[in-house]
Amino acid sequence: MSVPVWNPAIEFMEREALERVQFANLRQTVAWALKTPFYRRRLAEVGLTHPEDLSSLRELRNLPYTTKDDLRAAYPDGLLAVEVEQAVRLHTSSGTTGMPTVIYHTRRDLDCWTELMARCIVAAGATARDVFQNMTNYGMFTGGLGLHYGAERVGMLVIPASSGNTSRQIQLMRNFQTTVVHATPSYLLHLHTALVGEGVTVDQLKLRKAFIGAEPHSEETRRKIETLFGIQAYNSYGLSEMNGPGVAFECVHQTGLHLWEDAFILEIIDPQTLQPLPEGQTGEIVMTTLQRQATPLLRYRTRDLSHLVSGHCPCGRSHRRLARLKGRSDDMLIVNGVNVFPSQIEDVLMKTPEVGTNYLIQLEKRGSLDRLVIKTEIYAKLFTGDPRTLDDLRERISEALRSVILVKPTVELHEPGSLPVSEGKAKRVVDLRPAF
Amino acid sequence: MAEQLSVFVDNRPGRLNAITGILRDSQINIRAMTIADHRDYGVAKLLVNDPHLAQRVLMEQGFAAALKPVLAIVITDQPGGLHELLEILAARQINVLDAYGFVVAPGQRAVWCMEVDDPVEATRLLSTHGLHLLADGELYTKYY
Repeated sequence: MSVPVWNPAIEFMEREALERVQFANLRQTVAWALKTPFYRRRLAEVGLTHPEDLSSLRELRNLPYTTKDDLRAAYPDGLLAVEVEQAVRLHTSSGTTGMPTVIYHTRRDLDCWTELMARCIVAAGATARDVFQNMTNYGMFTGGLGLHYGAERVGMLVIPASSGNTSRQIQLMRNFQTTVVHATPSYLLHLHTALVGEGVTVDQLKLRKAFIGAEPHSEETRRKIETLFGIQAYNSYGLSEMNGPGVAFECVHQTGLHLWEDAFILEIIDPQTLQPLPEGQTGEIVMTTLQRQATPLLRYRTRDLSHLVSGHCPCGRSHRRLARLKGRSDDMLIVNGVNVFPSQIEDVLMKTPEVGTNYLIQLEKRGSLDRLVIKTEIYAKLFTGDPRTLDDLRERISEALRSVILVKPTVELHEPGSLPVSEGKAKRVVDLRPAF
Repeated sequence: MAEQLSVFVDNRPGRLNAITGILRDSQINIRAMTIADHRDYGVAKLLVNDPHLAQRVLMEQGFAAALKPVLAIVITDQPGGLHELLEILAARQINVLDAYGFVVAPGQRAVWCMEVDDPVEATRLLSTHGLHLLADGELYTKYY
């Protein structure tokens, strides 16, 4: 078998054995979770006070769900299951109401995450001979550091380019003959436009593969990227609550994203009834961590919608595959790979007395990149007649939003009463981007 | 001092005529008007015969409208007429922020409207030089 693989013992493990590993890891995870005040209370409500109370994998279904609201309420350390000195890193993500969420990692947790990442990278056909340019943001965003450590473990030559500065990206790609990149799909389309603009042809590059993730995209977008660059592009799925990237990844056969089931238990539920759905039906992805000691999460509702791909992958891996993401069961927006909740935008606007209570969030495509436009109404009583005050206001709102949602929007000021009124079910989000 | 009406207006078709329609319905006459483009919006500045009434009717119709004193100075409608005025301001380092002009008697008189960084000093200075600064009422008398 010529399938590239990082950890054959785990990746090709028989389902039965894999489920035994899951059960052992689940009990371990419950033991860790019981060290947190949050889960001690939550699990006691269903009569679970000891990991041995759990007698089969199926009993996971009796445990309560964990939600993003739970994570916010537990901020900053209500879900920390180890002593602070055992934790070596944390990642926070901006919350929907100004309250962030945090995930801690022990050294072992980071090691497990890196191992999962290495599996993904190798499954997609990259090797130690590749030069890897990581074009996603480093720092709190998990995509940068996650892929970085995984690629180093595989032995690739890693260029931690981070996001943006397209001219420099192109220069790095040429100088170091980059063979693999990691970016959002929209950034790769943007990069191609920039290449053409600088008179660089793809033949002058050595690029052969791209890892694309952090934003939903269509099969057509993937094929377009592949055709434009003459490469293979592999879909990546992850979320900060489940470490980040490295949750599920496409192998060279591109038939869905293998989800590492020794590290996560996957359930697909109906987001309305909260009941598990039969295999193959589309619903909300619910995940339980199986290897993370510092912040164990049981039955976490991701709000991402997808379904399981049936049948076996030609690669022979026993880990089941997720189909590409279909969207969200909540109102989260994804803007150039960054998660944005409308309520975060509303909070900032409501703290700005010069604008009224009506607003509209508009998403547009400019070239390949997303553009976030926030339309607000000026408050008539505070209008002084000075346009410079208004220009300053526009800039101030834009900057205040950027510091919260990490995306700099274009803020527009409009006449009082020109936007949908705040009463009732006004449609506040208009997505003009072509459907993915 | 004359009062200038500033109106916030969306930068899209059909908004300016909403303003002029409201003014017409209240029998308000426009002496001069200028619009500054600020991408998604504009600010229309108007000199009208009854600025207070104009502000009220516009705000009743939902517009954001503000009144602000503005210097309206009679100058000669001859080569060098405006230059003479601006030289006086420049000599005292007074900065012009926004301005527009209109002719009232071709070849004879024009009116120059402006916002400056120091209106009090500008008023004193221009009066000293014998220039005529118009008040609201005067803007609409036939001869000045």
